Amino acid sequence: MFSCHAVRTPESRRPQPWPIRVAHWVSVPLLVIMAGSGLQILAAYPMLGTRGRPYEGYPFQGVPPPEWARLGDWLAGARGWHFAFGGFLALNGFVYLLYLALSGEWRRRLFLPRRDTRNAVSTLAFYLRLRKEPPPQGLYNGLQRLAYTGALVLGILAVLSGLALYKPVQLGVIVRLLGGYDSARAIHLLVLASFVLFTLGHVVMVLLHPRTLGAMVTGGRKPDA
Amino acid sequence: MRRLLVPSRRPVLLTRRSALLGAAALTTSACDSTRPREGFLGVMERVNQRLQEALFDEDRLAPELPQEDTTAPGDFPQYFLSEAVPLAPTGWALKVGGLVERPALLSLEVLRRLPRTEYRVRHHCVEGWSAVASWHGVRVSDVARHVGADPKAGYVELRSFDSGYWSSWDRPSAFHAQTILAYGMNGQPLSPEHGAPLRLYSAVKLGYKMVKYLTEVNFLAEPTGGYWEERGYEWYAGV
Repeated sequence: MFSCHAVRTPESRRPQPWPIRVAHWVSVPLLVIMAGSGLQILAAYPMLGTRGRPYEGYPFQGVPPPEWARLGDWLAGARGWHFAFGGFLALNGFVYLLYLALSGEWRRRLFLPRRDTRNAVSTLAFYLRLRKEPPPQGLYNGLQRLAYTGALVLGILAVLSGLALYKPVQLGVIVRLLGGYDSARAIHLLVLASFVLFTLGHVVMVLLHPRTLGAMVTGGRKPDA
Repeated sequence: MRRLLVPSRRPVLLTRRSALLGAAALTTSACDSTRPREGFLGVMERVNQRLQEALFDEDRLAPELPQEDTTAPGDFPQYFLSEAVPLAPTGWALKVGGLVERPALLSLEVLRRLPRTEYRVRHHCVEGWSAVASWHGVRVSDVARHVGADPKAGYVELRSFDSGYWSSWDRPSAFHAQTILAYGMNGQPLSPEHGAPLRLYSAVKLGYKMVKYLTEVNFLAEPTGGYWEERGYEWYAGV
């Protein structure tokens, strides 16, 4: 009888509680809208760096993004989409972070260097076939925790650099924090590129482990059920 | 798969369907990129404008930049609508009207005798580029004082002789300490390519709000639009 009243540890929870699933799937269309309208905005001036001082590190200087990847028809339309939905994406991320913090889910999802570094290295070694057996893992292995925590950091950086570009005078503190207006613009674009790489890797891993997709839709089974 | 669903049936399906329908309506009709100021995008623009107005601080100044940050004159873009560089008509003077005690025709000489403001700040274009120049001229707020603008005039409308280009501003942004009627750039008199004889310059709005080739400034009680604003760009456009 007493075991029924025992404090539920995070490990006995369903793999994907509903707030996590909702936040995950809500972010998918929002990220597509933000990426597409962002690329249409970039097409208006597909360069990085202050006028007359090109930014050497950018490989696509002066090359507009492909038409199929853009959303919003033209600059004003794209800005309309970008600013109409950006707030919802930031809000979704904020609710997600709040849930992680209050539910204790952050313990089994976030990368804690002391706890997870060894596991992440071992998992990487397993993927690279340098090791025969994967290391033991709970809900996620160290490499997954690193990737998902990295995506969260990217999200925060996307919002911060976006705010810096949207209000460089009123939010000048953020601009200075990011090393200037043009640097904020480069960071904003770099975040997009990193998100695309993350998503590609994420989808490949889901295709290799289709059961995780089901869990992200239904919530999955409790480990002790 | 079906038995994995959480036990609570009908309402879930209904809300899912209505959510899908809502999303479809949103993406087909309510989000029109060619008329972004209507539908859902228009509603969100008005929400964002309220947020921007709340964020605007009249005491916050854009940082002044050092001389070496100045963009080379040839690299500072020159935009106008007319086919050739618009040139001021002979005997040009700025017409100041609307809700003012003393409507006036202000010549450059009169404007130069009013208090002079100069700063070097970053220019933010709606396209995403930025550039740096120094600008000098007279504050809009000083001109308003000169003509006795009514405090009830919550908006300022600016018109040009460049093929009917115009725009309008909210009073707090127009009366910001770094919003000036500029008659000079980089220590020189304003060149025709950059809006001679007089243009608006400001540190708190995007470039298309800074009307060049000014002919008229009107202090108004009601908001009006603008050339790009009528074509879909945001009206507030603060930075």
